[in-house]
Amino acid sequence: MVGLIDYGMGNLHSVFNALELIGSDVEICSSPESLKDKDRFILPGVGAFRDCINNLEERGFSQALDELVLEEKRPILGICMGMQVMANRGFEGGEYAGLGWIEGNVVPIRRMNTRLKIPHVGWNSLDRHADDTLLKGLPENADVYFVHSYYMNCKNKLDVIATCEYGEPLTAAVHRENIFGTQFHPEKSQDYGLRILENFVRWNN
Amino acid sequence: MRSSLVGGRERMVLVNTNSFNHYSEIGDPVSQAKIYQAQAADELIFLDLDANRHNSGEVLVDVIRRAAKEIFMPFTVGGGVKDLDRIRELLLNGADKISINTAALEQRELISKAADCFGSQCIVVSIDFAKRIRNNEYRVFVRGGTVETKWDPVSWAIKVEQLGAGEILLTSIDLDGSQKGLDIEMTRRVSEAVSIPVITSGGCGKAIHFVEGFQKGGADAVAAGTFFSHKDQNPMQTRAQILNSGIPIRVHT
Repeated sequence: MVGLIDYGMGNLHSVFNALELIGSDVEICSSPESLKDKDRFILPGVGAFRDCINNLEERGFSQALDELVLEEKRPILGICMGMQVMANRGFEGGEYAGLGWIEGNVVPIRRMNTRLKIPHVGWNSLDRHADDTLLKGLPENADVYFVHSYYMNCKNKLDVIATCEYGEPLTAAVHRENIFGTQFHPEKSQDYGLRILENFVRWNN
Repeated sequence: MRSSLVGGRERMVLVNTNSFNHYSEIGDPVSQAKIYQAQAADELIFLDLDANRHNSGEVLVDVIRRAAKEIFMPFTVGGGVKDLDRIRELLLNGADKISINTAALEQRELISKAADCFGSQCIVVSIDFAKRIRNNEYRVFVRGGTVETKWDPVSWAIKVEQLGAGEILLTSIDLDGSQKGLDIEMTRRVSEAVSIPVITSGGCGKAIHFVEGFQKGGADAVAAGTFFSHKDQNPMQTRAQILNSGIPIRVHT
C-alpha cells in the first residue's frame, strides 16, 4: 500500500488518480500515524519551499518520515517540491532548512541567456546519467513535464540519475538508497510518467 | 466549453467559436480530452465560456474532476475565476494552471495575490485582443470579448508579468475560428516584450500556421481548438510537421 502524503501542499488528486490507473493500492495520509502501515510513500508538492517544510514540521510528518525513511528504509518518491524539500537547504524567498536526506541546496534556475524563460514550464527531455530502475523501460531522452523556478543542486553527482538541459543541466531525477525524487511531474507526463510511477511502486531493495 | 441542458441537467459541452461567436457543439469535453491525450497533445486548456451564467460553480468542477481521472497531462482551467477560493478549488480538483481574464483587469491585485499564494507557474493571464475598426489600434477585450478596455495588448502583457503572472494565453478575437493563421505581428510583439512564456492562439487552420507562430511569432506554444476538431488533423501529425520545419518538439510519446 502506497501512502500519499497530504500535508496541505498541492495536487494530490492527479497523483492519486495516476496510481489508481496503474492498479496500485493507495491511501491519502493526512496524519503521521497513518503512515505506519504503508510500505512506501509519495511526497507530492506544489508551492513554496518554506511553506512545504513548515507544513511537514507542523503536522509532525518530518519526524515520522525521518524514522520510516532513514531508519526503516521504506521507499519514498518526492515529486517536484516534494523532491526539493529533501535537500539540506532551500533558497526560495530566504534560506530554509530542508529534510536533509539528499545533500544539496535548492537554488534559482539561472538565466543563462535571454531566451530562457523562468519558470521552466513544459516538456523537456531527460539526459540519463545512470541505468536506474526508476527510469526502466523509457527510451533515451524521454520527454517529461516540468514546472519549476528552482532546482536541486546536488553535492553527490551519483545521486543524480537524470538531468534536463535548460541553459545548463538541471537535476531532473535523484535516487539514493530508498529515496527517489523527480523534479518533473510523472503524473502529468502521459505514458512515460505512468511508467515511472509503476517502476517506483514495484521497486524493492 | 459552454453550458448545455442535457436531460434537464446542466452540463458542459465542448464548442468551437468564430470570433467568440457562432458556436458549434463538438461533444463531451472529457471524451475529447481523452482523444487529444491519445494523440499526444502537450497540454489542454478548458475554458468555460458560460461561467457567469451558471447557478453554481459545480458544473465546471465536475468536468475538471472527471478529466483529472482520465488524462495524465497538464491542463489549464479558466472561465469566471474571480477569487483565491475558486483558484484553490479548481487546483484541488486537478487543474495545473488557472487562467484569469476579466478579473485580472478588474481587480489587478488578484494576479499578485494568486501568484503569492499558489506560485506564478500556475497563474496564466488570458489576454483576448482585437483590432478596432475605427483606427486600426489593438485593444484588450474582457467579458468574453464583449467589453473593450483601454489597454493595448503589449502594455497589458508587460503589466501582468510585473504583477506575477507565470504565463500569457494570447488570443486574437478577430482570427478565432477563422483558420486563416495566427496574428503573427501581435504574437511577436508580446513575446518580445515579456520574459514569461506566451501561448498564442486564434486562427490556426494549417500546420504551417503553428510553425509561423514559433518561428515568426517567437511564441513558446501554440494553442488551437477549431483546427483539431473540424479537420482530419491531430496533434500527432501536426507535431511531425512542426518537427520537419526544424523546430525542436517532443516526438517520443
